[in-house]
Amino acid sequence: MARDKVKPGRVPRQPMPEQPASERVQNFGEVTLGFSAELAQLEAERCLMCKKPTCIDGCPVSIDIPSFIQHVVDGDFEGAAAKIFESNSLAAICGRVCPQEDQCEAVCVMGKKFEPVAIGRLERFVADYVRGRGLSLAKPPTATTERRVAIIGSGPAGLTAAGELAKLGHSVTIFEALHEPGGVLVYGIPEFRLPKAIVAQEIGNLKTLGVQIETNVVIGRTILIDELFDEEGYDAVFIGTGAGLPYFLDIPGEDLNGVYSANEFLTRVNLMKAYRFPDSDTPVQVAKNVVVIGGGNTALDAARTALRLHPEKVSLLYRRSRAEMPGRNEEIEHAEDEGVVFQMLTNPVRFVDRGDGWLAGVECVRMELGEPDESGRRRPVPVEGSNFVVECETVVVAVGNGANQIVASTTPGLQTNRHGNIVAEESSGLTSREGIFAGGDIVTGAATVILAMGAGKKAAAAIHDFLQTLPPKTTEPPPLAAHLKPSSGGVLPP
Amino acid sequence: MFTIVEKKILAPKVTWFRVESPLIAKRHKPGQFVLLRVCEEGERFPLTIADSDKRTGTIILVSQEVGKSTGLLAQLEQGESILDVVGPLGKPTEIKKFGTVACIAGGIGAAPLYPIAKKMLEVGNRVVVYLGARNREAIILQHELSLVSDRLLIATDDGSSGYHGVVSELLRQHIRLGESCDHATAIGPLPMMKAVCAVTREYEIPTIVSLNPIMVDGTGMCGGCRVRVDGKIQFACVDGPEFDGHAVDFDSLAHRLRMYRDQEKCAMERAGVPHGA
Repeated sequence: MARDKVKPGRVPRQPMPEQPASERVQNFGEVTLGFSAELAQLEAERCLMCKKPTCIDGCPVSIDIPSFIQHVVDGDFEGAAAKIFESNSLAAICGRVCPQEDQCEAVCVMGKKFEPVAIGRLERFVADYVRGRGLSLAKPPTATTERRVAIIGSGPAGLTAAGELAKLGHSVTIFEALHEPGGVLVYGIPEFRLPKAIVAQEIGNLKTLGVQIETNVVIGRTILIDELFDEEGYDAVFIGTGAGLPYFLDIPGEDLNGVYSANEFLTRVNLMKAYRFPDSDTPVQVAKNVVVIGGGNTALDAARTALRLHPEKVSLLYRRSRAEMPGRNEEIEHAEDEGVVFQMLTNPVRFVDRGDGWLAGVECVRMELGEPDESGRRRPVPVEGSNFVVECETVVVAVGNGANQIVASTTPGLQTNRHGNIVAEESSGLTSREGIFAGGDIVTGAATVILAMGAGKKAAAAIHDFLQTLPPKTTEPPPLAAHLKPSSGGVLPP
Repeated sequence: MFTIVEKKILAPKVTWFRVESPLIAKRHKPGQFVLLRVCEEGERFPLTIADSDKRTGTIILVSQEVGKSTGLLAQLEQGESILDVVGPLGKPTEIKKFGTVACIAGGIGAAPLYPIAKKMLEVGNRVVVYLGARNREAIILQHELSLVSDRLLIATDDGSSGYHGVVSELLRQHIRLGESCDHATAIGPLPMMKAVCAVTREYEIPTIVSLNPIMVDGTGMCGGCRVRVDGKIQFACVDGPEFDGHAVDFDSLAHRLRMYRDQEKCAMERAGVPHGA
C-alpha cells in the first residue's frame, strides 16, 4: 500500500501516557492509560514495513506485525485487530503484559539505529479499540467436528490452546480449580497492570467461540485425566496448570505471622479482593513496613500491590544487583517512581520474632558479586560479618514457583523431570502419554504469559493433527453428564 | 449445583448439610476436605467432608459458626445452593488393619472422624471412639458413631455426660485400665489434639491428626496453610491435612490460626454477629 514515507527516526517512539506516580499509588486503577488514535497512528508511521520482517519471528505466537501496523496507519483499527486475532485471541492481555522489549521489539529493525517501534503499545491500542466498542472478533466456527478436548487450567496456555482448538471446530472444555477462570491473569497479575474486566472480556470471546469453562474442578482430585478419556468421552487433553507451588527460603522464622508467599499475598488481593476488605471478606495483613524478597516480575507486582495498601514503606530486597533483576525494566521503573525502596545485594538469613510469634524484621547479609554462575549472571557471595536487620512487620517471599504434582501424580505413565515438571516436546507439547499434551510453566518452570501462550498455540496445532489420526467415532459420544452442564451459552458438543 | 438437599441442627451453632455434589461424592475418601465460598465477595474456607453417598451424588458437611463465613453458611436453607464447593482435596486417610484403633473426637471433630471410623471398622479393626465435647448439648453424631465402633466413650468438660473432664484424660484412663490401642486418630480443636498426642506419645501409640489451618486455594498454590512437621514446612492442603501428630508443631499452628483475629472481629461486627459467637 502506497504511503508517504516518513524519514526514519524523525518521529521519536511515542511514550505511553500513564497515571502520575503520586496519584496511582492511591488506587488500583490501571497505571498505563493507552495510546489515543492519534498517538497510535503517529507511532505506527514509524514502522519501516520491512520486506523481511524480523519482528514476526520475535513473537512467540507469530503475529503478522507489519500487516496489523499497516492497518493502524490506514486508520482501519478493526482490521488491525482482526489481523492480530488470526494469531492471538488474547491481544488486550498481551499488549499489557508481554515483555516486548525481549521479543518483537528486541529484533525490530528500527531499533538498530533508533528506538524500536512500540509494537506492544500498538497491540494494546488496537485490542482496546475493538473492546471499547463492543466489537467481537470471535465468531463461532461454521463447522464443528465430533472431537472433544479437555483443557486443564485456564491460564494463558490453556486459554490460548482452547481458543485455537475452538476456532478449528473442536468441542473444548476448560477445567479450572479456582472459582474464577484466568489462572495467573486473575490471581497473580495485579489489577493496576491488567484489569480483571479485560481478562473477563477476553474469556467471554472464547465462550463466543464455543469454549465451555468448568470452574471448581481440580483435575487429579475432582476428576482424573483417565476418567476424562474413559468416562467423559474426551479425545485429547492439554495440561496447562502453570507453576503454582511457591518456593520459600527455608530460613528460620518463616512460619511467623506476617510472612506471605507472593502467591498468597497476590491471590488475597487480586482474586479475593482483599484491598476492598471489609467489603470483601478476605483480609490481608499489610503493616507499616513491608519487605518483598525477590527480583522478578512477581516481586515487583507484590511490592507495588503492597504500596497501594497504605504502608509507610515498601522495600524490595534482592540478592544480586539491579542489572541482574529478572523483572521487566518498565516495571522496575514504575516501582521506583512509585516509591518502592530497592535494597540490592541483600540476602535474608532469618526472620526475627517480635517475641509473640509476629514478625519484627528480617536479618540480612550483604552480598557481593563473584564469578558468573550457570545462568550467566554473576553469583552473589555473602560478605561475612555484614549481618543487619531490616525492620518490617510484613514480608512477601517472591523467589519463584515449582511444579504442582496433583495432575502428574494421579496420571500413570505421565513422565516428569527431576524438578517435577511434565516432560513435553517443545514444538508440540507431546507428553509420554498418547493424547495428553502439556505446555506453559508446568513444562518449562516459571516463565512469562506469552511463552505459555506460544506453547498453548503449538500444542493446539499438534492436538488438531492428533485428532485427525483418530478413527471416526462409530458410537454416539456419551451424553454430557448432568453435572457438567455448560456454565454459559455456547456451542454444545456434538 | 451444590444445592443443599437436607439441613439439620446438630447442636447449638452446629449445622449438618447434605449437599448435592456428584463429582465430589464419587471420588471422596475419608480424611479429605472441600473448600467453600458462600457468596460473591466471600472468602474461601476449608471443611472436612463428613460423609458421602455416590448413589445420591451428595456429600455431608458439618459446620460450626465461628466467624462471618461460617455464619453465612449456617443461614443457608434447604433448596438453596452453596456458591462454590471444590474438592475432594488433600490426601485420604491411610486405612488398613492396625488392630485396635482409637478414634478421638473433640467437638465437631466428630464429623470428619465418622467416615474414618466407618472405614477402619470395615477393614477389620476394633474401633474405640472417644467422643469429647464441652457439655451434653455439644455432643454430635453419638448415635452414628456408635454404629461404626465397637465401643464408644464420652467425655464432657462439665461432666453433664460421661466422663467429667477432657477427652485426652479419658483416653489416658482407659489405656491405663488396659484398653488396647495400636493406632490413634484425633480430630478436634488444636489444644485437644495436642493433649491427645501428649498422652499417646507417652504410650508410644502412633497418632494421626487432621489439621485445619487457614487456606486460600487448597491446591498447594498459596502456601498459606504451611505447618511445621518434624521441623520441615509442609502444606496442609496437598501434603496433609493428616500428619503424624507427634511431629506437628502445634504452637506455631495455633499462632498462625490467630493471624487475622482482628479482621475477623471487624468482619463479624459488620455482619452483626456478636463476639465470641
